Amino acid sequence: MTERLRRHPELQAWLILAIPVIFLLIFFMAPLVIVFVYSFLERGKYGGVEWVFTLDNIRRVFDPLYFKTFVRSFYIAIVTTLVTLILGYPLAYFIAKSPPSRRNALVFALMIPFWTNFLIRTYAWLTLLRTHTGLINVTLMNWGIIDKPLPLYGNDFAIILGLVYGWLPVMVLPIYAALERLDESLLEAARDLYASSAKAFRRVTWPLSLPGVVAGSMLVFIPSLGAFVTPAILGGGKSLMIGNIISNQFLGAHDWPFGSALSMVMMIAMLIATLIYFRWTKKSEDVT
Amino acid sequence: MSAPMPPPTTLEHARWERFKSKLGGWSLTTYGILAFAFLYLPIVILVIFSFNDSRSVSKWSGFTWAWYGKMFQDGQIMLSIWNSLFLAIVSTIIATVLGTLAALGLERYRFRGKTAVDSMFYLPVIIPDIAMAIMLLIFFNMSGIGFTPWKVNFFGARLAVPYSVIIGHVAFNTSFVAIVVRARLAQMDRTLEEAASDLYANAWQTFRRVTLPMLMPGIIGGALLAFTLSLDDFVITFFTSGAGFNTLPVRVFGMIKKGVTPKINAVSTLMLVVSLSLVVVSILISMRSGSEDSVTIGM
Repeated sequence: MTERLRRHPELQAWLILAIPVIFLLIFFMAPLVIVFVYSFLERGKYGGVEWVFTLDNIRRVFDPLYFKTFVRSFYIAIVTTLVTLILGYPLAYFIAKSPPSRRNALVFALMIPFWTNFLIRTYAWLTLLRTHTGLINVTLMNWGIIDKPLPLYGNDFAIILGLVYGWLPVMVLPIYAALERLDESLLEAARDLYASSAKAFRRVTWPLSLPGVVAGSMLVFIPSLGAFVTPAILGGGKSLMIGNIISNQFLGAHDWPFGSALSMVMMIAMLIATLIYFRWTKKSEDVT
Repeated sequence: MSAPMPPPTTLEHARWERFKSKLGGWSLTTYGILAFAFLYLPIVILVIFSFNDSRSVSKWSGFTWAWYGKMFQDGQIMLSIWNSLFLAIVSTIIATVLGTLAALGLERYRFRGKTAVDSMFYLPVIIPDIAMAIMLLIFFNMSGIGFTPWKVNFFGARLAVPYSVIIGHVAFNTSFVAIVVRARLAQMDRTLEEAASDLYANAWQTFRRVTLPMLMPGIIGGALLAFTLSLDDFVITFFTSGAGFNTLPVRVFGMIKKGVTPKINAVSTLMLVVSLSLVVVSILISMRSGSEDSVTIGM
């Protein structure tokens, strides 16, 4: 037996992988397939489903009532990604340019907020942003800078701020990794050839950091599009995203097939957006 | 930015360049400080107001420990803390074993269908947690498992933890452990293992005496990550638990929905301290193992 195992590494591999693979097949892949199947079934009376084929759920996703939320979620996710990139790139650059002895400490300082519970970080912003009792409005009004509270809460602004805050570290980290690996001599060469610092950045630094930018953008975009906690807490019940509509189908409306259809479409949309983004960055990489 | 007029002499040009790079350095440093302030200020303010001597979380009225006392007297909060700990320990143990096996199989062997297995292990990391949560909710509702609880006496606390939640946590944690352990395996020097088998150690002996000890920092790193993720998870627990089961984050979410009080700040501060200690532990472990890369686990 052991002799046969030694001669067949493939058999060995499957022996080692059997338990984790079976576990994931049952508790991850099967649920994924079931959600797919559920999207094409009719809703049952008290939650659950009737085993009757229908395309109604998929059609309803594109009903303006829900599709509007889809478009808004995309808009929020894209703005979040852009803002995080604009804020994150210089921060990554700052860490990469600081003395090597300090870099690891700065990376840690960056990751500590990220390791803090997401729910708590969102709650922290709730206490700052709330309209009448939030710290920002209360302080500004006490100082007499404003006389009416600013609309900081219960809107897209609050959600985007919460998401940017939550995901900024995962944008910075891959960009920093790319910048840190950047060969300094390339920049010297560019300078020797009389490139201005702006030009050296555009033609050398930026293209070489692009893989980090792509990775960071995906790490921010995907969870932002599927956000549930941030809009639930900072959206003030008025501003919702697709994640909240999905959860409502399971917690409130008891329309499981429709909830399944919504999350299927969301995942497919994510996949398509990711592919388009990769294609697009590939192209711009070729141009520069 | 408009380009400045070309300076007349090279000396002035050099001076101008030096000034420009200094200015650039200053503004970069200023930006770095501001960015870190942005990351830390909300958390610091949250902690400060957990000591506030009134129900407000925005107007300071004096120092008190009262909210921490209220937190520890709240039976539901205490129960949810025990639930969180039990869930994190159990799911971390299972996920660490499964994830390490997966990492060994995927990193050390070539076989047909490897790409498919590979992608299957990445999926739970990529998929949005709300999608994973409802997937599992439907699955457990359909299967016979349902939301049956595991009744257990955990340090004197009587817990009823649904199997569905434990399995849900293992499902996402296994992938994270696999990624961390694989990273360690990939950078490990294989010559020692080859030496062991040259010295007639059999496969098991080589694994037990050489591979496993060298792999340990990766496994511990993966386990710490799994433990942290499990303690932090809200969405998957919320949807897979059925009614009446609270972990600390689920309890906090419920409290936030009811209204904001410094008691939530106190609970938050407690959670903050726990995750900070976990980070410190992972730093110490990675410093001892001498690899800086495994520190940024999670990415």
